[in-house]
Amino acid sequence: MIPHKRVFHTFVALKNKFLKSIIMKDTALAKIHESMGARMVAFAGYNMPVTFEGINIEHETVRKGVGVFDVSHMGEFWVKGHKAFEFVQKVTTNDVAKLTNGRVQYTCFPNGKGGIVDDLLVYMIDEKTYLLVVNAANIDKDWEWCVSQNSMGADLYNASDEISQLAVQGPLALQAMQKLSDTPITDMEYYTFKKLKFAGVADIILSTTGYTGSGGCEIYMANKDAEKIYRAVLEAGEEFGIKPIGLAARDTLRLEMGFCLYGNDISDTTSPIEAGLGWITKFTEGNDFIDREFLQKLKEEGPVRRLRGFEMIDKGIPRQHYEICTSEGEVIGEVTSGTMAPFLHKAIGMGYINTGHNAFDSEVYIKIRNKLLKARIVRLPFYKNK
Amino acid sequence: MNIPDNLKYTKDHEWLKIDGDEALIGITEFAQKELGDIVFIEVETEGESLDAGEAFGTIEAVKTVSDLFMPIAAEVLEFNEELEANPEIVNKDPYGEGWIIKIKFADPSGLDELLDADSYKELVEA
Repeated sequence: MIPHKRVFHTFVALKNKFLKSIIMKDTALAKIHESMGARMVAFAGYNMPVTFEGINIEHETVRKGVGVFDVSHMGEFWVKGHKAFEFVQKVTTNDVAKLTNGRVQYTCFPNGKGGIVDDLLVYMIDEKTYLLVVNAANIDKDWEWCVSQNSMGADLYNASDEISQLAVQGPLALQAMQKLSDTPITDMEYYTFKKLKFAGVADIILSTTGYTGSGGCEIYMANKDAEKIYRAVLEAGEEFGIKPIGLAARDTLRLEMGFCLYGNDISDTTSPIEAGLGWITKFTEGNDFIDREFLQKLKEEGPVRRLRGFEMIDKGIPRQHYEICTSEGEVIGEVTSGTMAPFLHKAIGMGYINTGHNAFDSEVYIKIRNKLLKARIVRLPFYKNK
Repeated sequence: MNIPDNLKYTKDHEWLKIDGDEALIGITEFAQKELGDIVFIEVETEGESLDAGEAFGTIEAVKTVSDLFMPIAAEVLEFNEELEANPEIVNKDPYGEGWIIKIKFADPSGLDELLDADSYKELVEA
């Protein structure tokens, strides 16, 4: 084991202990996770479970059965009032006019400089009520950004500290969760939601969304109801073999799907066009969002680099910040995410690759420990469900 | 925590099973638990003579990469090739089937720097 890594781990452990005592937030379920044997880490200012039983078994549980993630660290902003639509339309790239009551939209906040403030989900409750679900690490930045862009005067409310969220994911998830509600959920369309009574608690939002590619739902509740609902979810899922899943498997699951992770694959310096998020950047009439003109031009002219998925041909595992090269060693890009994919048993990665080198099926080389190892650019997702 | 009495240990969480002027080297139970599921072990130093503290290989878990270091100056005689196809053996049996390399050393004086089981136990439980 490398000494500096060891020192690093020790440092992180001490730092975690220290931070925990001053600013680390616990979700409503932290104590339960610890009692279930979770390995806890600091993530985005929260004390979060990174693994329970082990990343590979947790990953497989979600691909084949059902697993539950505590994702209460995610942020939630309410946008209300007669200016709500106008506000959401302005700050997000997708076309909010396409939403109807009970539907969810994946989108991003452009940052006014061609980059991305965050990626998020927009829930349309009604034409005067939207819920924005943002990444934990960006809650403060997103909130400041939204407030600064609210020239029209929509009613904004940051409910991040009041709402807990569970993601119940996997092919058996909806069937298992149906036991906890009389409202039909197993037939819900992808990216829709319902307000329902769930595990005896009224006014729960349940959406058929997720970050794993294996189906299932995400459930929003008040912090005070989180423990009761979490226990009910585990109990209802028992006959389906439900297991608690940590953030480590959440990352490998999303990467097998080629889903972007903010901070890795997208950031303030990547545009949605080069990130392959053109499908959520809609230049439709009336969608006058921030950076529209710049992004439309970028789309027409074509970006100088694109986010691509690749699979290793030679033996090696790509990691964030490794260089992507030609066979001659010329640097043509950088890895943004990489791992050994537990379910595919392949080393996979994503990264930005310069135009002229990023065609599908072409070969590139990843520089791993000073060796150029061959990889092939592939279409996403890596994992093809069904 | 399983820390066998018959092995020597390093502060970097490796163990040595010494047999004359040869030894097997692996990582400890503590190390494999810290790393989690091990997915790749690379050793390309077979046949080379390395100094104490030089990297003899790399071990990768799903989320982390760590170098493996020589506990003493020695020649790398053999890499446990079973680990190429089945690196998870190190998780399952870190002190047995999960040994990583076999070394041969000319100068045993470096062995004095190694920890015995009790000292290593103090280190990981501190």
